[in-house]
Amino acid sequence: MKRIVATLLFAILPVAAFAQDMAPDALVKNVTLEVVDLIAKDKEIRTGSRAKLIGVIEAKVLPHFNFTAMTALAMGQNWNKASPEQKKRLTEEFKTLLVRTYASALAAYSEQKFDFRPLRAKATDTDVTVNVRVLQPGAQPVTLDYSMEKTAHGWKVYDVMVGGVSLVANYRTEFGNSVRASGIDGLIKDLQAKNRSLTEKK
Amino acid sequence: MKVLAGLMLVLASGCATTNGDERDPIEGFNRGVYRFNETFDDYVAKPVATAYRKALHVEIRTRVGNFFANVQDIFIGVNNFLQGKFEDGVNDWARFAFNSTFGIFGLHDFASDAGLEKHNEDFGQTFGRWGAPPGPYLILPFLGSSTVRDGAGTAVDWYAAPLAEVRPINLRNSLLALYLVNTRSELLEASRILEEAALDKYVFQRDAYLQRRRSLIYDGSPPREKLE
Repeated sequence: MKRIVATLLFAILPVAAFAQDMAPDALVKNVTLEVVDLIAKDKEIRTGSRAKLIGVIEAKVLPHFNFTAMTALAMGQNWNKASPEQKKRLTEEFKTLLVRTYASALAAYSEQKFDFRPLRAKATDTDVTVNVRVLQPGAQPVTLDYSMEKTAHGWKVYDVMVGGVSLVANYRTEFGNSVRASGIDGLIKDLQAKNRSLTEKK
Repeated sequence: MKVLAGLMLVLASGCATTNGDERDPIEGFNRGVYRFNETFDDYVAKPVATAYRKALHVEIRTRVGNFFANVQDIFIGVNNFLQGKFEDGVNDWARFAFNSTFGIFGLHDFASDAGLEKHNEDFGQTFGRWGAPPGPYLILPFLGSSTVRDGAGTAVDWYAAPLAEVRPINLRNSLLALYLVNTRSELLEASRILEEAALDKYVFQRDAYLQRRRSLIYDGSPPREKLE
């Protein structure tokens, strides 16, 4: 039994190590193409199963995002005023919201062609931007810029810019207004209410 | 004295409800126009655009979009020249020449397939490139998010647009209506995603617009604003 477990571990380990070592641009390309391919092959997702699409995102995309960092950046100075418990709940709610938004965007645009740009960074850099362009007929390509940071567990995304609009920065004013009006717990409530309304709609 | 204190309180609470964002000093007015636009969109623009999309095959809608996009390449080129980006301007005019002839009045976007990339330029961006600050955020009736600078740009865009020269007037108005409906139909997904993503749609849309314009003025690579 021990031998089997050991063998299994050995079989898995190189893969995990591979994902950790993978260059950030290669990582973005692989994950994007894998997810787009999964959507193309899955009839349920293509006919509108949002739950299944969210499942795919949670399995394939989420491991490469650092949601704590994203939440901290979106919170700005208010982050330090939050208790560890509040931080955890904020991150959880923000993650749910971002995953839903991401699912909607993917469902709408997954049939477009992608142009993965070569990485402009030194091998020693630990904070890079990976540029992807979504090509669409008759219009300027939409740029997707992933801000990524090197961690002990591989490269992690901490912001996504869509057409020059940083998602994290865009939530800053909203979060700030909400905290100013009703405190950090108020913001958590707002996020919960938002997520609940989206669940009910679908 | 008490009256003064009371007045201060009223003013302060007035500020609190509009959050006093320095980029949006006329938020109260803007929110009014915004509500008007939302109502117009809910009852007129969105239903018409949805019906339009149901009625016409995507192939046809793409051609319609291509036709207008092709005409716009003329002034996209002009704006690139005005910003000193001559190579880009030549690219835009080559696109127009290519698509107007081989692409049959711009219905086909062959230029993109041939590697002549579509650009995004307008007079608001040119003014920005020349150093004009955006000025206060401004919501225009029907047209939506803008700034004082971009609003002035939009006025020049519309004044210069070849579409404005089309005669008879009936034809011009029909083309204009088609352009607006087609544009709104292209934004149906984006507006639904915005609706889902935002806690406060007004604020989310405003911040996204201001970020987007800044990025466009620097052609996608603005100096990085580090988030602390």
